[in-house]
Amino acid sequence: MVHRQPVLDTSPEVSDEVRQTTCYMCACRCGINVHMKAGADGEKQVAYIEGNRDHPVNKGVLCAKGSAGIMQVNAPSRLRAPLKRVGPRGSGDFEEISWDEALEIATGWLKPLREEAPEKLAFFTGRDQSQSFTGWWAQQFGTPNYAAHGGFCSVNMATAGIYTMGGSFWEFGQPDWDQTKLLLLFGVAEDHDSNPIKMGLGKIKARGARVIGVNPVRTGYNAVADDWVGITPGTDGLFILSLVHELMKAGKIDLDYLARYTNAPCLVAEAPGTAQHGLLLRDEDGKALVIDRASGKLTPFDRPGVRPDLTASHDRDGVTYRPVLHLMADRYLSQEYAPETVAERCGIPAKRIRAVAAEIARVAFDEAIELDREWTDFRGETHKTMVGRPVSFHAMRGISAHANGFQTCRALHVLQILLGTVEVPGGFRFKPPYPKPSEIHPKPHCCVTPGAPLDGPHLGFVHGPEDLALKEDGSPARIDKAFTWENPMSAHGLMHMVISNAHAGDPYKIDTLFMYMANMAWNSSMNTKGVMEMLTDTDESGAYVIPRIIYSDAYSSEMVAYADLVLPDTTYLERHDCISLLDRPICEADAMADAIRWPVVEPDRDVRGFQSVLIDLGARLGLPGFIDEAGKAVYADYADYIVKHERKPGIGPLAGWRGDGTEVGRGAPNPEQMQRYIDNGGFFETHIPEAAAYYKPWNAAYQDWAVSMGLFDSAQPYLFQLYVEPLRHFQLAAEGHGDRQPPDHLRDRIKSTMDPLPIWYETDQQGNDGYTVNALTQRPMAMYHSWGSQNAWLRQLHGHNPLYMPTRLMREHGLRDGDWALVSSPHGEITVPVMEMAALNDNTVWTWNAIGKRKGAWALEEDAPEATRGFLLNHLIHELLPPKGDGLRWANSDPITGQAAWFDLKVRIEKVAPPAESRPSFPPIKSPVGTGPKGLRWKVGK
Amino acid sequence: MTELPDKTDRKMGLVIDLDTCVGCHACVISCKGWNTENYGAPLSDQSPYGADPSGTFLNRVHSYEVQPQDGLAQLVHFPKSCLHCEDAPCVTVCPTGASYKRREDGIVLVNESDCIGCGLCAWACPYGARELDAAEGVMKKCTLCVDRIYNENLPEEDRLPACVRTCPAGARHFGDLGDPDSAVSQLVAERGGFDLMPEQGTRPVNKYLPPRPKDRIAAAPQALEPVVEKATGFLGWLDRALDRLPGGGD
Repeated sequence: MVHRQPVLDTSPEVSDEVRQTTCYMCACRCGINVHMKAGADGEKQVAYIEGNRDHPVNKGVLCAKGSAGIMQVNAPSRLRAPLKRVGPRGSGDFEEISWDEALEIATGWLKPLREEAPEKLAFFTGRDQSQSFTGWWAQQFGTPNYAAHGGFCSVNMATAGIYTMGGSFWEFGQPDWDQTKLLLLFGVAEDHDSNPIKMGLGKIKARGARVIGVNPVRTGYNAVADDWVGITPGTDGLFILSLVHELMKAGKIDLDYLARYTNAPCLVAEAPGTAQHGLLLRDEDGKALVIDRASGKLTPFDRPGVRPDLTASHDRDGVTYRPVLHLMADRYLSQEYAPETVAERCGIPAKRIRAVAAEIARVAFDEAIELDREWTDFRGETHKTMVGRPVSFHAMRGISAHANGFQTCRALHVLQILLGTVEVPGGFRFKPPYPKPSEIHPKPHCCVTPGAPLDGPHLGFVHGPEDLALKEDGSPARIDKAFTWENPMSAHGLMHMVISNAHAGDPYKIDTLFMYMANMAWNSSMNTKGVMEMLTDTDESGAYVIPRIIYSDAYSSEMVAYADLVLPDTTYLERHDCISLLDRPICEADAMADAIRWPVVEPDRDVRGFQSVLIDLGARLGLPGFIDEAGKAVYADYADYIVKHERKPGIGPLAGWRGDGTEVGRGAPNPEQMQRYIDNGGFFETHIPEAAAYYKPWNAAYQDWAVSMGLFDSAQPYLFQLYVEPLRHFQLAAEGHGDRQPPDHLRDRIKSTMDPLPIWYETDQQGNDGYTVNALTQRPMAMYHSWGSQNAWLRQLHGHNPLYMPTRLMREHGLRDGDWALVSSPHGEITVPVMEMAALNDNTVWTWNAIGKRKGAWALEEDAPEATRGFLLNHLIHELLPPKGDGLRWANSDPITGQAAWFDLKVRIEKVAPPAESRPSFPPIKSPVGTGPKGLRWKVGK
Repeated sequence: MTELPDKTDRKMGLVIDLDTCVGCHACVISCKGWNTENYGAPLSDQSPYGADPSGTFLNRVHSYEVQPQDGLAQLVHFPKSCLHCEDAPCVTVCPTGASYKRREDGIVLVNESDCIGCGLCAWACPYGARELDAAEGVMKKCTLCVDRIYNENLPEEDRLPACVRTCPAGARHFGDLGDPDSAVSQLVAERGGFDLMPEQGTRPVNKYLPPRPKDRIAAAPQALEPVVEKATGFLGWLDRALDRLPGGGD
């Protein structure tokens, strides 16, 4: 047949209209263009989703999840109407009810609680990204029991960063992707944050710059890293401190930077046994003092012209005060941190540790860069250029979710600071509203008054025992025991402890558990089976131990079955939202930005955006701020709140187009604001002036700009805290000083773990005898975050999950791909399929998290591989450590922040005959939405 | 059987950087979305919520482990779609002329109205790049987004295949590989781009850029020299070093 070509229309119409909003397939929050086409009924439907080129986060690109959003808005697992439980809890037996009835039920439950004992409501909002609003609602209700999911995610990283340098990774800051020459990634699963890391890696690769991946598993970003350090889980802190040892020993630290911008020259009292020991020398105003190298005199750190001395000590009243850097030299130059000492423990040859240190030093100091940009620091000194040390770091949950995670994250932040790479060209850069030191964050509030709001925001940063959330009798004020001696710096709360504490009535009983977007009956809980039992457990009278459960979700998740009342949320394309500077914004290092969502399609079901439901509930309950003097609702819905609400005069949820539409950051509410966002593609962005772009914590131009934008009320320059004095306050209490004293059984732990300089310690191995293999999870990039169900397209990429095992362990156990293994921990056992993976730490196994689903959930058929071969590692992890025989139960979490120590898991592997299905297997739950269609041919246009 | 054109005016194709691809599947799903809504029949899915979901995809990412002789194991992500071969066996095998290679740009397409779904082309393709859509019964394959790259209804900057436009890591490049001066040809020359399975004689237009050598750090710099022999000497060094800073001692 001769060559012939048909005539082809190469310019078909792409769509009838493009609506621009913000993705919510994960927490990355990229800008998207939603192409709409008229469907068969003439109504506009979602036809295609792509990235928004103008958007600050993703600049046009979009990941697999984002592009699969069309399968989300049509997902068969979407809930359809409010549900009232009619069968036993956990059965999935519901009847659909009206919104009026649902809201009446909720009001009927909550109103008496507010009047009598507001703390009997525990309101925890999971993967909520509207925490400035949901937190305010809880505050107005008056319960101290509010938090989101940070406690089981990455609170160690965030908190260590805030205390150390006023910010951390991801939403707090980013590598200087355009100028960095060496990036070190620690413990980054294939997720946080999704597209910007991929874009940044692409930029680095295109420039020929290099990446070192430190991770037990070589997948994703670590697979493209130029060098891979397959570290043993839980030893990152030791590896980092060994790098610190090498760098200090070689003098490869930035002394000028340390003297000017950090508390390295601040003076620590050496007065063992006294209440002064380990505290910083301060003047009468509480300002930290340094020794001026020119005059040799004690001087406040921020005095113009001062040259803080890093070497001189000071003696006063028989007490010697030594610079922080002395203490660091004493500690980190010790052989304890020498590469030879740590090599075996970390699973990294000493030679390789040395090589990494040398490479970091070479790039930081031999390849330093200098921008011809003048700037003035907070002491009034003008610098002609901006010097940069082009080594950058990024880290996430991998190093964070250990019981030594806080100190490990501290170590990493300290390493960056010693190199002088934070807030300099080529290094790590903050994103507004960060940098923001811990002192200007709120402190936790927990004072309950029936019928009235809480005395302040729930979550915050403690600076000593006086800030703990304790009742007068010393017992925990919060149901999750956040901000107590067990975990004093739990800045994000402890969502993972709520259900077990509520079930145990410890520290007290609650009445209503109200949750949003948190699949606690499945992949968001440790000890999943135990949690299901706690949720369904009854007392002697036959009543549920946790009397009432309200849950809001957009989808038929496993948790739905355990609620008494289900408030169905919308999908992300059917709702209003704000991605606010008051919350977890989408700023870039060079720009302040925020964004909205708006309903690009209207729901075709009887569902409502959860935040609008809270507005309605707030009015029905008569919460202050939600009703006016006449008792009338202040806000019609969440969209109305977003535009009208003022947290402080002139400061609202959105920063763009305030006042008459020309004001930024500060300004009166503008009724046109939402439309202005829609017209601008769903986001607002304003750039940071060039002279303010780096050295932000100390840069007068940045500080002034931040005040003008409403980020602060006054300039807030500060020093990076290599030495975190608030930690020392807790140690002092444990040593017996002060009025507020820890219980005796916690004294030693507080003394040893709350060290004001980073340390590494082995996590509690109680009960781990015979369990020697590390076990980890990560989310696949195409499914990072699990709130979006098993989407029809995405589940074809990851429909089941094997346990990946290193070659050594496969051989040792006589296993081959497709065989099954019994995997046990001190807490439980699972039986799962295995697969060999060579690019893996040789004593670590891992799997994709949250692929395993329960039968009956997510509108999947009961024989879906997610339910028959998929599995959760969660069954092996307990929220408590095995009993030690001391009569106490110790939490499986970081002793400083309470972060869930998911990645401390140790297991034993045994080959078994293949079972019919992975184990444990649970009976199906009745689906409130049925199952999905047998086939899909999704074409909207004709 | 169907003839190929004697020559094509241009050789439009993809250059895929295996050094940069993180294996995120963004290209896979973006392709699925665009081509479900656009060119020809939608890409259907069978049992999308059931035991054995299987849908039509024009682009898939495979991951392979590589175990070097000495050195650490590596994982390579390998996206694969039609390579728009110059000697495309899928075209010559087509009994109806439905499969064809375009004269102007070399894109290999299926004219669905002439496709009888016999599957010969899928059998002939050594790369497994064609998929028979189970619902429509026609052969589907990468069109290089022929309905995007010339589409006057799209802004010029968006006239790219969907997979290239969406790739977060920038691992996919699009252009004329017949023009030695094009950006993609230059990239191939610089980075040693290669043909997939050249022994098959298909002369693929798409090229792959190889992963850069890995795990070389130990061979690179010398270990750091200590400034002091003993930890106790550190403060002395510190003092001297501070003196050398601008505005220091002397």
